Amino acid sequence: MAEKKNISGSEALIHCLLAEGVDLIYGYPGGAIMPFYDELYKFQDKLQHILTRHEQGATHAAQGFARVTGKVGVCVATSGPGATNLVTGIADAMIDSTPMVCLTGQVPSHLLGSDAFQETDIIGISTPVTKWNYQITDVKEIPEIMAKAFYIARSGRPGPVLIDITKDAQFAKADFTYAPCKQVRSYKPIPKLDKTAVAHAADLINQAKKPMIVWGQGVILGKAEEEFKAFVEKSNIPAAWTILGVSAIATDHPLNVGMVGMHGNYGPNKLTNECDLLIAIGMRFDDRVTGNLETYAKQAKIIHLEIDPAEINKNVDVDVAVLADVKESLPLLTSLVSAKPYTEWFAAFKAFDKIEFDRVIKNDLHPTKDGLTMGEVLKEINRASNNDAVIVSDVGQHQMIACRYAAFNHSKSNVTSGGLGTMGFALPAALGAKMGAPNREVVAIIGDGGFQMTIQELGTIFQTQAAVKVVVLNNDFLGMVRQWQQLFFDKRYASTEMVNPDFVKIAEGYFIEAKRVQKREELSDAVDKMMASDKPYFLEVCVEKEDNVFPMIPSGASVSDIRLS
Amino acid sequence: MQKKYTISIYTENSVGLLNRVSAIFQKRHINIISITSSASEIEEVSRFIIVVSMTEEAVKKVVGQIEKQIEVIKAFYHTDEETIFQESALYKVASKSLFEERHIQNIIKASHANIVTVNKEFFVIEKTGFRHETEKLYHDLAPFGLLQFVRSGRISVTKSPMNIKALLTKLND
Repeated sequence: MAEKKNISGSEALIHCLLAEGVDLIYGYPGGAIMPFYDELYKFQDKLQHILTRHEQGATHAAQGFARVTGKVGVCVATSGPGATNLVTGIADAMIDSTPMVCLTGQVPSHLLGSDAFQETDIIGISTPVTKWNYQITDVKEIPEIMAKAFYIARSGRPGPVLIDITKDAQFAKADFTYAPCKQVRSYKPIPKLDKTAVAHAADLINQAKKPMIVWGQGVILGKAEEEFKAFVEKSNIPAAWTILGVSAIATDHPLNVGMVGMHGNYGPNKLTNECDLLIAIGMRFDDRVTGNLETYAKQAKIIHLEIDPAEINKNVDVDVAVLADVKESLPLLTSLVSAKPYTEWFAAFKAFDKIEFDRVIKNDLHPTKDGLTMGEVLKEINRASNNDAVIVSDVGQHQMIACRYAAFNHSKSNVTSGGLGTMGFALPAALGAKMGAPNREVVAIIGDGGFQMTIQELGTIFQTQAAVKVVVLNNDFLGMVRQWQQLFFDKRYASTEMVNPDFVKIAEGYFIEAKRVQKREELSDAVDKMMASDKPYFLEVCVEKEDNVFPMIPSGASVSDIRLS
Repeated sequence: MQKKYTISIYTENSVGLLNRVSAIFQKRHINIISITSSASEIEEVSRFIIVVSMTEEAVKKVVGQIEKQIEVIKAFYHTDEETIFQESALYKVASKSLFEERHIQNIIKASHANIVTVNKEFFVIEKTGFRHETEKLYHDLAPFGLLQFVRSGRISVTKSPMNIKALLTKLND
């Protein structure tokens, strides 16, 4: 990186971004970040800026970009409301370990604490939801802090970093040199692999009769898909996934036994409480995965491969913890394990699969009733995309259906708000995903509720012409809440019914080609037409209003108490 | 079973870190009994001493979350038996008591407290020790009228060694 003499803080920020390989950022200008935008104007050919319609959209777009590329997503906002509007996306990125750097403008340093126009303490506000944050008041700090921000965001267990920069530091001038950050002395991103622990884990695996793998996003974040596949195939152990882990190996892989958790598959949930060894890989035993911890896999020995020491024994006490980057620990573990046929064990999964198919899946994917199901829409999307689309889902019933039924051939193909459950995530995240993976088909699956939380990002999609395929599964309800009201609150549908506008007209108002499907016989052609388009496309599918998602582990129940109806 | 634990945190000396550390307790609805922050034995490294009442299982997890913070170098938790700990208290009393009540001088002497300052209006006593000692002095002095009273958070050192310097060298390798 060449040295620059006497450049502004704003220009320095841009050189930092370029040095980190950033060529695309999302944001929204405003008073305290204007010097940066002014400089950005001069660097348009090197650094593309996408103007979202709300700062929250910028964060989710940056997240979508990060999730499909594995790179750090970057978003920018002004001080005050611009900064506070980022908070939901930052919290989402924190809980889903998404690498992101957020830049916020701040009032000039001499006004800090004076309740100046658009002043807010974004450092204080964002502290609990950032991996790290820092306020720059001195132009000379910019290169070092920005290098540190990117290093922290992407290393170890990734996460969001917020850098707040006072307006005077953007204007002030200083000489500039950039050196990438290689370490922070108080921060150890990757624990040193303990080979004894791996040997101990291998012993347990080699002794097991009914072992089961549950993998999470750690496999994808660790770029260890190949190493993971090799481990699964050599050990011949049935492997189930969390919704952030799915797509690390193909859906139709013979050892892939499906989804765990509240709306996961019947077999892996039931058999969690029958296995004799649970091998957790890059997952964090979220309550939506474990159900009641008092009755979760109590009969099993548990091995946990994990990069974050704070996750060990946090929710589930484990017998062997392998603290390391899975890319490093998995090959060693693979070399020490031997395969067994586990014939009866696999048959147990198959038997539960059959029950689930007969009781749930058949009706979801091949319905005989009149109303359209969400499942059949997913089935059509799988068909039309050859199981190869990036599926970006929002939060609710459609999300669970998308995670259950979307089929994947490639890693980094399922983008959803897992931990935080942020409605409104999918539309902007799909935009970011499409820009990160322009050669792939990106389909957003959104409910009528979540769609209206960030609906204005249709404007960004129109302006960028990013060929996102937006599918709204409309049941005129906040469907998941309604489902809970039906099952647990005696059908008191408090504030869950939605009187919706004409979504097709709204999309058309943004000059996006749009279609509504109300009948089964129209669905297949409509999906084909959407997929054939090389432009943004909007498809509303009016689905059965009061369908429920099953199987379901009721809140607080045991994984083995999973219900089929 | 809840028990008193002393959490000891070595950190970089940076703006906002107190907020980051206290947010971890707030998120879990844990009340902090006392907190102090000061320099440590290593230049530019700060040390927090936080006293909480929790189960060991919970304190272990909290320490894990604290240690995860980027600017935290190392965090430990200890029981009272594993540490040497003290608190300091200051007692401001009207000067006429000192001169008119002979008994008060005996109290000061017996409690091994120090008189920090005396002037015409008031005098200030300092007592460093265990909680029950500073509390006893409080009760003994109360009848004479305490104009002001304040007690510091706990400060403590561990009986076992804390090789933070070695750890820092290792982190820097």
